[in-house]
Amino acid sequence: MSKERIKISPDLYDIMPSDYQDLVQSATYGKEDRGWKDIGTSKELIEQHSLCAGCPESMAFRYILASLPNPEDTVMVGSTGCTSLVFPMVAVHNIHSLFGNQNAIASGLKRALSVRFPDRVKDVVVLAGDGATVDIGLDMTLQAWFRQEKFTTICFDNELYANTGGQESGLMQKGFVAKMAPVGKLFDKVRLPEIARESGCHYVVNCTVSKPSLVEKVIRNSVLIAREIGPTYIQLYTPCILEIGKNSMEGLQEMRDSEKPTERFAYKEYVSEPAKQLLAELAAKDKERKAAAKQLAGKA
Amino acid sequence: MTQYRVLPGPEHFLPPAAASMGIYLPNPGEAHINGVIVPEEKAYEEAARQFLMAQVPTIFPGPLVLWAWNEKAAKKAAAVRKLYEILKECVQPGQKPMLIPMPDYRPKYPKINPEVEINPNHPNLTIWHNKIDCCMFIGVHCHQANLSLKIIRGGTSCYTVAMCAQAGHEDAMLSFRDASVEKIIKLGEWIRKLKGTVKPRLTTAKTSASN
Repeated sequence: MSKERIKISPDLYDIMPSDYQDLVQSATYGKEDRGWKDIGTSKELIEQHSLCAGCPESMAFRYILASLPNPEDTVMVGSTGCTSLVFPMVAVHNIHSLFGNQNAIASGLKRALSVRFPDRVKDVVVLAGDGATVDIGLDMTLQAWFRQEKFTTICFDNELYANTGGQESGLMQKGFVAKMAPVGKLFDKVRLPEIARESGCHYVVNCTVSKPSLVEKVIRNSVLIAREIGPTYIQLYTPCILEIGKNSMEGLQEMRDSEKPTERFAYKEYVSEPAKQLLAELAAKDKERKAAAKQLAGKA
Repeated sequence: MTQYRVLPGPEHFLPPAAASMGIYLPNPGEAHINGVIVPEEKAYEEAARQFLMAQVPTIFPGPLVLWAWNEKAAKKAAAVRKLYEILKECVQPGQKPMLIPMPDYRPKYPKINPEVEINPNHPNLTIWHNKIDCCMFIGVHCHQANLSLKIIRGGTSCYTVAMCAQAGHEDAMLSFRDASVEKIIKLGEWIRKLKGTVKPRLTTAKTSASN
């Protein structure tokens, strides 16, 4: 990995908006062991982003962007929603798709990148809300998994259409009353993690973003497995504090309350056999690398 | 032959794509002015004249030159900077040349800062804010340039020049094709050549902000 890949032309550097200068200078490109601990000293998302104050989605964005194993060679595909407002403010290449099309776009993109850059590892990560993933884009989501497309799908699950004022979504919990769903939801939350597993995903996780180290592990695993084996799916609870009547400071507690063992976002993980083997191999290699580095440091 | 001409606007809310009105692109060695194919040399002169006439002549470099994708891109960026320096040195008091980047095509919410950047999805904001009456696109991908040029033609009276690295733009009022470092420098030379011979519009001009 190298910072050399994303550079501003020196002759026009001074006219670039400071956001871009910051993102290029302070993002953690070129660092092998990057992760959530870099947050604070590095910059993957600008401070003046467009999300609401205290929005858990901004936490999720930071953790995910800090955890991507190969950021300069990663393209994220977004869809309509709060996430699409943030993408102009991140230090990762991204494409905005039409609502629901994100997994179809990512399929073509991944294949095109493999042809165009056969000697370089290129990761594709879909990041969309629950409306795009489960309702309007379910067809595209599932078909990509059936075809065993090698990319990660991340769903920011806030359990409703937050961006448009609070309509009912497939991932909304049963009985929930939203601003624009006054009757209350009549059927259960769609069990997409189980559907993902049955549809051929090799790594599926359902959790909140309350623990940055956990998010880091999950994102790294999902990207590395998708790169080598096949589709992966991560469902992250990022509650919309406005739509569920919480204050800015209450997003984290809401996630903690929702990840208790009996709650709907209790940590659930599925890893296929080939994926387990890959993770074991990667862990062994990582251990070797760290031991070698330690030895080298000792000699020096 | 089409009677349609690509002229400074405001044309109307949704101006037609110039291609759909019968305007076609120049062949190598040619350019177009207002949709009429001309020898490239004539276009250099006209572009230089428009820059020197404008109250706020502005260069909008796009991602293809702002980011140093490769050595060629960095060299073009250096040429763009040189062109801007020439422009500054050749204008008269009262004229205000600008160099405003288009670093990104993604729409920005809640809004862009029109003082420091231009966005292809609402280029009119930057043009209105800075009262830009002549601009040149360079290093902007074709589809985004066409979108922007149409919006500018639709809602402002700004004169648009495209220094296109491909086949040119019908939707600009003046378009070069096959842009290179040499061509950018040559435009600079034309600006130097016409220095002092062109009367700027200055206060008598109708600025784009008035539209």
